[in-house]
Amino acid sequence: MWLGHKRQIAAGAPIDSDYAVVAEGLTKKFGKFVAVDHISFKVKRGDIFGFLGPNGAGKSTTIRMLCGLFSPTEGSARVGGFDIATQPDEIKSRIGYMSQRFSLYEDLTVEQNINFYGGIYGLEGSRLEERKRWAIGMAGLTGKESMLAHALSGGWRQRLALGCAILHEPPILFLDEPTGGVDPVSRRKFWDLIYDLSHRGVTVFVTTHYMDEAEHCNTIGLIYNGRLIALGSPTELKHSLDRYSVFEVQCTHPIDAMEMLQTQEWTTETSIFGSAFHISTLNLPDGEKIIQKLLKKEKIAVSRIEKIIPSLEDVFIHRIAEEDSRHTGVLH
Amino acid sequence: MTMIPLNILPIVRKEFRQIKRDKRILSVLLFVPALMLLMFGYALNFDVKHTSMAVYDEDRTSVSRKFIEQFFISEYFNKVQTLNSKAEINGLLDGEHARVVLVVPSTFTKDIQRGGAASIQVIVDGANSNAAATVLGYINAIVQQYSVKVMTESFIRMGRQTMTMPIDFQPRVWYNPELESAKFLVPGLIAFILMVTAVISTALAIVRERELGTMEQLMVSPIRPLELILGKTIPYTIISLFATVAILFLGYLLFDVSIKGSILLLSLVTFVFLVGSLGMGLLISTLVETQQLAFMIAVFVSMLPTFILSGFVFPIRNMPYIIQVITYVLPARYFLVVLRAIILKGAGLSAFWDQALILVIYAVIMIGISSLRMRKILA
Repeated sequence: MWLGHKRQIAAGAPIDSDYAVVAEGLTKKFGKFVAVDHISFKVKRGDIFGFLGPNGAGKSTTIRMLCGLFSPTEGSARVGGFDIATQPDEIKSRIGYMSQRFSLYEDLTVEQNINFYGGIYGLEGSRLEERKRWAIGMAGLTGKESMLAHALSGGWRQRLALGCAILHEPPILFLDEPTGGVDPVSRRKFWDLIYDLSHRGVTVFVTTHYMDEAEHCNTIGLIYNGRLIALGSPTELKHSLDRYSVFEVQCTHPIDAMEMLQTQEWTTETSIFGSAFHISTLNLPDGEKIIQKLLKKEKIAVSRIEKIIPSLEDVFIHRIAEEDSRHTGVLH
Repeated sequence: MTMIPLNILPIVRKEFRQIKRDKRILSVLLFVPALMLLMFGYALNFDVKHTSMAVYDEDRTSVSRKFIEQFFISEYFNKVQTLNSKAEINGLLDGEHARVVLVVPSTFTKDIQRGGAASIQVIVDGANSNAAATVLGYINAIVQQYSVKVMTESFIRMGRQTMTMPIDFQPRVWYNPELESAKFLVPGLIAFILMVTAVISTALAIVRERELGTMEQLMVSPIRPLELILGKTIPYTIISLFATVAILFLGYLLFDVSIKGSILLLSLVTFVFLVGSLGMGLLISTLVETQQLAFMIAVFVSMLPTFILSGFVFPIRNMPYIIQVITYVLPARYFLVVLRAIILKGAGLSAFWDQALILVIYAVIMIGISSLRMRKILA
């Protein structure tokens, strides 16, 4: 069913680039506040690019600039080969966009929503009919065409919104926290759709909080306080912590233990992890033995200590702590 | 810039579907005009007729009786009570029973026959000041008329054959000869309804998209600001014009108000006024974030002033000077003059070109400012 996107790519963009999205020094200031601070990255065609960061870090501002909603204060970006500052109209007809709010008209039926979004993208006649059937099938709403969008559950609405956003078969898809407030099963189904799109050559640019979602992206960018503080594939990012060793420690007085260990110069980060805690250390070979010895001196009984492979979460916590300390001047 | 055909139809179609779905909006747009016409046509009646009058005739002569009779041969007064003592007057006007008390003093006949000035006393319930003023006017007219009659009779008795008054007053009321309020109100109602539907529904329709987040989805689509604005306002234009036709039709059926002037001219001026009002609705929608606030502001700038200050119900010339100055910024004020001129008087453009020009300026300013604001928000 997913035919025709190649035609759109050919008609749309200059074919000189392997990248669907290229940002160079992209910056957006609102008055004195710098929402996005000189970020640069590239997204390969057909890749899933995960854009992560806490609320207010600049994710949405970046996505809005890339969608041509507002122009950058400094720097530039090209989407599908078009400049976001000078060619927003060309970009708008070649991208799909879906946000956390799903943007359906609740007082219209499933079919009327599709007709409307098809209409504003200029779809008509047999193409509209074909795409409508596709979207309804994809969202699992066959037989529910005349239900009001208001009456649909979260997962259905989310898939219908996605269907509406890609009726015109855009080669690039922007998703701004598309799985917020949706149950895990629906989340899973939604990601299956995204993989499917990606396999068919659609470039997906997605923001999320969920680490499991981030693991499934080809490339991840971490944005914090408007700055891109990590960029790479999930594997690359985890290996970037190789100088550090992370240990999971299970012991009798974890809080005291953490307090004590934090005073060591090789400790970079401690964090509670269930009934245990994680401690990340810098350049500390044989860390298990050293930590165990120190805790024994404090009469803390260690029942388990093991070196763990850092998760993406560890990487991000580490990077954010690093970024914070750069600003406050405190060194770990 | 190349000319690309405007993609408006999907938005218009969607807007109509939403209006159809929302029973409240639909009823506001269709039934409220009809209801208001009935209400204002029948209930809001400024004609003062059959005022209840109590009479205290202290004189009790054939002369005084003949004088008192004058009041009740017209349809303006109904005799509700004859009083026997002055004390009965106290508290009489407190209830709804009587609005006016006519007191003919005991010296009435004597004074008239002496050729001197006889006096009478009238006590009026001034709680409704407009009505009281009208009643006093009627009483004055009846008394004057009777005075002339008495004077003429006495001249004849004195031996002169005829007598002519220095000024013969022959009133003719044009355009609304029966002085019916309905004729005065129907044109005003058109202005009122158009202002309300255009401003309020336009403001709400746009703010709703912003509030629900669907505006964002439209902004990343290839839809251009002009297409969005046209697509959003065309449905309300059509509905407002439909309401206008309905009011004119009902006005003709129920109150015999027919359009004396050019229908083309009427349509043109109505359209200009409508464009300005849609612009005002758009402007409001660019200034606020929530439907609730948009509704409040729209009511405050459209419904209330149009009702109170435009001359729709209360004559502008009776307002305090400061308020009169304020009325100059109300587009409905000018539109009303034009509407009444075309519908009641059959007047042509030469009679109200200045008012029409102000309406054109209003439309241009409103559309101009709101487009600038809209562009800022959408782009």
